[in-house]
Amino acid sequence: MSDRDTLTRTWSDDLDLRLTDTCLRDGSHHKRHQFTAQEVHDIVAALDASGVPVIEVTHGDGLGGSSFNYGFSKTPEQELIKLAAETAQRARIAFLMLPGVGTKDDIRAAQGNGGEICRIATHCTEADTSVQHFTLARELGLETVGFLMMSHTQPPEVLAKQARIMVDAGCQCVYVVDSAGALVMEQTGDRVAALVAEIGAEATVGFHGHENLGLGVANTVIAARAGATQIDGSVRRFGAGAGNTPLEAFVGVCDKLGWKTGIDFLTIVDASEDVIRPAMPEECQLDRMTLMMGYAGVYSSFLKHAGNAAERYGVSGAQILLEAGRRKLIGGQEDQLIDIALLLKAKQDANAP
Amino acid sequence: MTKATAAIVGPGNIGTDLMYKLLRSAHIEPRWMVGVDPASEGLTLAREQGLEASHEGVDWLLKQDELPDLIFEATSAYVHREYAPRYREAGIRAVDLTPAAVGPGVIPPVNGSAHLAADNVNMVTCGGQATIPMVAAVSRAATVSYAEIVASVSSRSAGPGTRANIDEFTRTTAAGVEAIGGAERGKAIIILNPAEPPMIMRDTIFCAVPPDADRDAIVASVLEMERAVQAYVPGYRLLQEPQVDDPSPATLGQTKVSIFVEVEGAGDYLPPYAGNLDIMTAAAAQVGELLVQTPGGTA
Repeated sequence: MSDRDTLTRTWSDDLDLRLTDTCLRDGSHHKRHQFTAQEVHDIVAALDASGVPVIEVTHGDGLGGSSFNYGFSKTPEQELIKLAAETAQRARIAFLMLPGVGTKDDIRAAQGNGGEICRIATHCTEADTSVQHFTLARELGLETVGFLMMSHTQPPEVLAKQARIMVDAGCQCVYVVDSAGALVMEQTGDRVAALVAEIGAEATVGFHGHENLGLGVANTVIAARAGATQIDGSVRRFGAGAGNTPLEAFVGVCDKLGWKTGIDFLTIVDASEDVIRPAMPEECQLDRMTLMMGYAGVYSSFLKHAGNAAERYGVSGAQILLEAGRRKLIGGQEDQLIDIALLLKAKQDANAP
Repeated sequence: MTKATAAIVGPGNIGTDLMYKLLRSAHIEPRWMVGVDPASEGLTLAREQGLEASHEGVDWLLKQDELPDLIFEATSAYVHREYAPRYREAGIRAVDLTPAAVGPGVIPPVNGSAHLAADNVNMVTCGGQATIPMVAAVSRAATVSYAEIVASVSSRSAGPGTRANIDEFTRTTAAGVEAIGGAERGKAIIILNPAEPPMIMRDTIFCAVPPDADRDAIVASVLEMERAVQAYVPGYRLLQEPQVDDPSPATLGQTKVSIFVEVEGAGDYLPPYAGNLDIMTAAAAQVGELLVQTPGGTA
């Protein structure tokens, strides 16, 4: 192990890094929010057995996300949170909420169902919309995490100021979230380092990656070296867009670098093949659509919605995503993809011979 | 005829924009502007327009020899809840632009004439003003079992009050979608987008209607409502023809109606992208005019 691999910041004496699997939340996008209770039970049991310390379970767009705009859940998310909490022997169950979509009542319900870690996500310039939710979460005794989504759109110093707002409101760990899978290596490290410099004395820093440019594991290694001690991934990449950092691959990398994660590599690889893959509608692909998201800096959850609109109106899904990037749409604005598709269709019809 | 007199409480962005709209009113004369900060730009602008302006708050206003017929409250829900009883005691009717919801919610083209005798009416939320007319347009043509609205506004147009109380926005708007829009169940989502140049407010309204609903009647009703809102917010427009999707598992077995609107502000004081704020002040001015033309108030 070289000096470079000696982490300057670690999670605890037992764990150098604390990993969260997000396939039952971020994977909800890929699954079009159609998880069954049986699938959630089996995945939680398998991840728990492999030693994953935190498992996130929620609609892909967070508490209250079940909607026309984001897709209706097959199984109510609060039932899935309850089931996950009852199934896990060791792992803690996390849930996600987005101010403007979910409300404080949803947080209370999730805690009532056994959720222990409240993860609150805002666009990376809008952290002040989360203050009332962090205040409540801490009053309720929940562990708190803040998500600065679309972190590629802002420079490190802006992200650090936004992280400060969350920490002052009661957030215990702020994540650099590469929602578009658009960050490239040092861009990740610089952002994590800026957060560590700003909030490192009071809070921890995390990283959540996507694979749209194929850099999930690489970005995550850089993030850990820059001081991130909480790390997200999804087994088999099971997440939005081209998927998340493949958690089992990152566990293997950590083993080779000598970073303790508490997760057994062989067990989680078996879980990936035997339990997670069968629950996936298809593998998460690095293809024309998902590459476009990383390239144009588009929110990964737009993938399926752009595909739906492209099919409904007979236009190019890749063009929809490029226009979404040009318009600087942010997470939550899935409705605007339909408007874009209609404009593309009008243009296409006008040019038809 | 003599105009009714009005005071604006809260000389911020909303209060100042409202002042310019009321200065054009044939029925209301804005005579007082009240704040708490002597350095407020809104107070200076009010004096320039010939209003009596004070930073000594509502206490100053209520001590004047002549009291207004109408108060427009553009402060915060907290402040309005505190002062609403004193307005009532003084016999002054109130148009409340905060989310306090002391009085019934009013969306001008939907229930503008339903509460003309009330001494206090509430303007719901900006997202509600922009979307509830469309929910009502669909529900007067078909049963709406569920309506969902998505409001996207530019980050610059969302002030500290909105940011600190974003749950109040979603709750109050969803309640209005049901109570005023006529949906059996309502949901509201708000997005703050920081793009530069700032995006103009956009709203999407999704309604679930029965598979046998009369689609032509729904579309006609939506187009008619667009014109009704344009009467007081000229920059309110449909971006696309209403879209109708056949029932499927993804639509919970209902026909899905999708309506896309943009709200460009008049640019009176706030920039045109802040259509969310413009539709609030335009609706409040509209409701104020309706109130002063109706004698009464329950005071």
